[in-house]
Amino acid sequence: MEEQRSNGNGSQPGNGSRPGNGSQTGAGAAAPADVPLSPENEAVIKLSRKDFVSDQEVRWCPGCGDYSILAQTQKTMPEFGYPKENIVFISGIGCSGRLPYYMNAYGFHTIHGRAPTLATGLKIANPELMVWVITGDGDALSIGGNHVLHSMRRNVDIKLVMFNNRIYGLTKGQASPTSEMGKRTKSTPAGTVDFPVQPLSVALAAEASFVARSVDTHTEHLQATLERAGHHRGSAFVEVLQNCNIFNDGAFRDFTERDVREDRMLVLEHGKPMVFGKDRDKGIRLRGLHPEIVQLGNGVSEDDLLVHDEQAEDPYLAFMLSRMWWPEFPVPVGVLRQISRPTHDQLVSGQVEEARAQKGEGDLAGLLVAGETWTVE
Amino acid sequence: MTTEAAPRREIEVRELDRVTIRFAGDSGDGMQLTGSQFTRTAAVFGNDISTLPDFPAEIRAPAGSLPGVSGFQISFASEDIHTPGDQPDVLVAMNPAALRTNIGDLPPGGALIVNTDAFSANNLRKAGYESNPLSDGSLKQHTVFEVPITTLNARSVEGLDMSAKQVDLTKNFFALGLMFWLYGRTMEPTLRWIADRFKAKPVIGEANARALKAGYAFGETTEMFHTKYHVAPARLSPGTYRNITGNEATALGFVTASRLAGRDLVYGSYPITPASDILHSLATYKNFGVRTFQAEDEIAAIGSAIGAAYGGALGLTASSGPGIALKSEALNLAVMVELPLVVVDVQRAGPSTGMPTKTEQADLLMAMFGRNSDSPVPIVAPATPAECFDYAIEAWRLALRYMTPVIYLSDAFLATGAEPWRVPSPEDLPDISVENHTDRATFQPYARDPETLARPWAVPGTAGLEHRIGGLEKAHLTGNVSYDPDNHHRMQLMRAEKVARIADDIPPLEVHGPAEGDLLVLGWGSSYGAIRSAVERLRDEGHSVAHAQLRYLNPFPSNTGDVLKAFKRVLVPEVNMGQLSMLLRSRYLVDVVGFNRVRGKPFRISEIRSAAEAVLAGRPIEDIANQPSEDESDSFSASGQGLA
Repeated sequence: MEEQRSNGNGSQPGNGSRPGNGSQTGAGAAAPADVPLSPENEAVIKLSRKDFVSDQEVRWCPGCGDYSILAQTQKTMPEFGYPKENIVFISGIGCSGRLPYYMNAYGFHTIHGRAPTLATGLKIANPELMVWVITGDGDALSIGGNHVLHSMRRNVDIKLVMFNNRIYGLTKGQASPTSEMGKRTKSTPAGTVDFPVQPLSVALAAEASFVARSVDTHTEHLQATLERAGHHRGSAFVEVLQNCNIFNDGAFRDFTERDVREDRMLVLEHGKPMVFGKDRDKGIRLRGLHPEIVQLGNGVSEDDLLVHDEQAEDPYLAFMLSRMWWPEFPVPVGVLRQISRPTHDQLVSGQVEEARAQKGEGDLAGLLVAGETWTVE
Repeated sequence: MTTEAAPRREIEVRELDRVTIRFAGDSGDGMQLTGSQFTRTAAVFGNDISTLPDFPAEIRAPAGSLPGVSGFQISFASEDIHTPGDQPDVLVAMNPAALRTNIGDLPPGGALIVNTDAFSANNLRKAGYESNPLSDGSLKQHTVFEVPITTLNARSVEGLDMSAKQVDLTKNFFALGLMFWLYGRTMEPTLRWIADRFKAKPVIGEANARALKAGYAFGETTEMFHTKYHVAPARLSPGTYRNITGNEATALGFVTASRLAGRDLVYGSYPITPASDILHSLATYKNFGVRTFQAEDEIAAIGSAIGAAYGGALGLTASSGPGIALKSEALNLAVMVELPLVVVDVQRAGPSTGMPTKTEQADLLMAMFGRNSDSPVPIVAPATPAECFDYAIEAWRLALRYMTPVIYLSDAFLATGAEPWRVPSPEDLPDISVENHTDRATFQPYARDPETLARPWAVPGTAGLEHRIGGLEKAHLTGNVSYDPDNHHRMQLMRAEKVARIADDIPPLEVHGPAEGDLLVLGWGSSYGAIRSAVERLRDEGHSVAHAQLRYLNPFPSNTGDVLKAFKRVLVPEVNMGQLSMLLRSRYLVDVVGFNRVRGKPFRISEIRSAAEAVLAGRPIEDIANQPSEDESDSFSASGQGLA
């Protein structure tokens, strides 16, 4: 895992690496040189959860899973060692979209489905910022599907957290792209005829460099997963299974409840065999191209099981995991994939630096008289 | 050519003030290249120039077909000119289809140079000719020069290792060489261009150079031409000039604005005709800190620009009508969060996909009103290709000073047309920089500058100013989400007032001609040249006519109402169905007369003039507006000086 946030092209925070190059842009103008901008200076910054709680009253429905996601997000933020002014939350439309108002950081509640596009532009303008995109299953996979695809494949350095409640909540209960076939909702009284997508399969196909899943109520796991995402450099896609207790209550109850979850969920750990069950007595084995559940013992040992490799070059294992779902399989949670690729902002800034190295810093007077000119006396 | 061979026969050199040439051929024939090379040469020589490229949206329509015809018109003059000319004095037609689609524009007595080799039975059929126009007498009112360009050109490149197809692709240079001879122009700039362009393909470069020289030599040796023409350099105001298209000037203006503002430019864009060249240009200015982002769609393009603006950069996006429609929702977000942003609309003929390469001025009302709710956005519109530079900077000045998105309306005619541009000195350009807000003590996200009503620009990374913005209605001062009825009313008024105040920060509407009188012809955008020329001529004839061109469409300059009311009649020519007319009527209650002609082409001088004459005489102008272009029985040519 790539813990260290390098600054791309060898530049240092607070100098010419960000747009502006001495001009007034982004953090550069505001932050004095001694303000720590990245975890290299971690020791200097000691923030707590409370520092990230805004003065706004939280207005989600009582009992909503979003409360837990907000709390874990606030708890996780101090872990990164970023000053809060360098953290930005960008959201789209939907219940999830309100999260930035409750975070005491910079926040931008944008329009439906388009948060990744603003995040992309913001990272181009100021690569130093840590940018979180907060979205939902409708926002990310329906109206904003195109932007998820492209922000992931470009490896934009954003941490996209998708609250998946398999329903449109803010519009009061219509089928979403993750609603199961046949689901009866206000908009689909006879049951939806639209086949659902698996968000993590989409993220993998879109070439996200970090793909993970967690559950709103599994607070420690969720916190750990957000922390992993926050440390990742590149496009991180985190699906959080989130209960909408008003319009789709219990959507994941069958496998996330405390008494069944160990038997019905598979907690992925890098380099470890895929073992699950209250008694740690079941595992996932590969048969041909398919996973199968096996009972450990009777000649079947952990050596026969698939070993999780989140860093595998190819995405096949991760893709297989993304397709596993209750009741056929335990539902995998944790990091399915994390690979390292140059980030979009590094590549964009790199071309700018390269052009400056080759042609020299642009000269305005020279630019204006470029090409063929003539003089009138 | 500095050393010209002594003519072998008596050749008269005639002085002309202005000549308009149209090159027409297959879209694969290189007519745009031919036209732009002639343009560069004329510009560097010191003529005033104005150009009108006219090409199909299809990259390569079937060879020889009517839809595949591509044209390039250039007018060059020893005087100040405003348009690419109503009609060509000379038409160069590389095949029957080019002849058929363009001959209607050539006035009687106009010169026609045709590539006779292309007039095969097959090509005549494809162009829909039942008989050969070269022999059936239908061209007798023109002066026809029949040149077997394909054959002569092939001979000139004999011996080079090239395919027949490659040889054929060089024939446009033969035609160009001939025109250079006819107008006494040096081949040097084009030869230099060829050498540079075909560095990696020396054989092709050699062939093009030979073709050019062969065309020139043909003019000199053939008995066909008895006259050469000379158009002296124009008397332009002193300075350094370069030839520039609207899109180039727009891109340069934005790079310059970035320097003047002291902020890097982030350009989010999705490919669309005729705006893509802005992306192509800006992508080459990375060493100026320009970051270009080819987005996945139009929405992502503007989203990235807003994100960049939020981060403190100059966030810019451009498109044409269909793309601007897609950007509407995000543009409205920028209105609500009051971030600086510039949105370029290089207008083209619509509705829907319309005619992508053809010009129109029909997005004005979309720019004004094409968003949900009341959503005021300032609009600027340059009037000439060179002015695109100034208004790119002006758009940014307003966006930064007022913390608002600004729409910049260009069009296909401005974007692809060229004219000489007097290059400004950077020190003569305005300082448009603004400060980021950094002071914690005074910070409120929606506090406002008392003069401009701009809110503070507090960018992420600024310690102590963490705050939240978004598309939900904002409470005055705090910027918190607010559903308070009085607050919403107040904020709607505030957004409107902020844009309205710009009227006091822009130059008054300038009237060219008498300050009051019988008729004002009022235009906006690229109709400038045709209107100015038509009005000048009418005034020369003693009419009481003035011209004004709006560069600011929202808000209008503060004296606009007074100007309108100083004239008995107001004529508003627009390449749309009456959009500015509607705005003026509703705002000023003045009964303006709209002259609306939408043919995917810029106005001709003669059209404006006829309409103005009709209004002066109290006649209706609908017939003029609706007159088919082919039937122009207009003896009033831009130059009035054909090849005789």
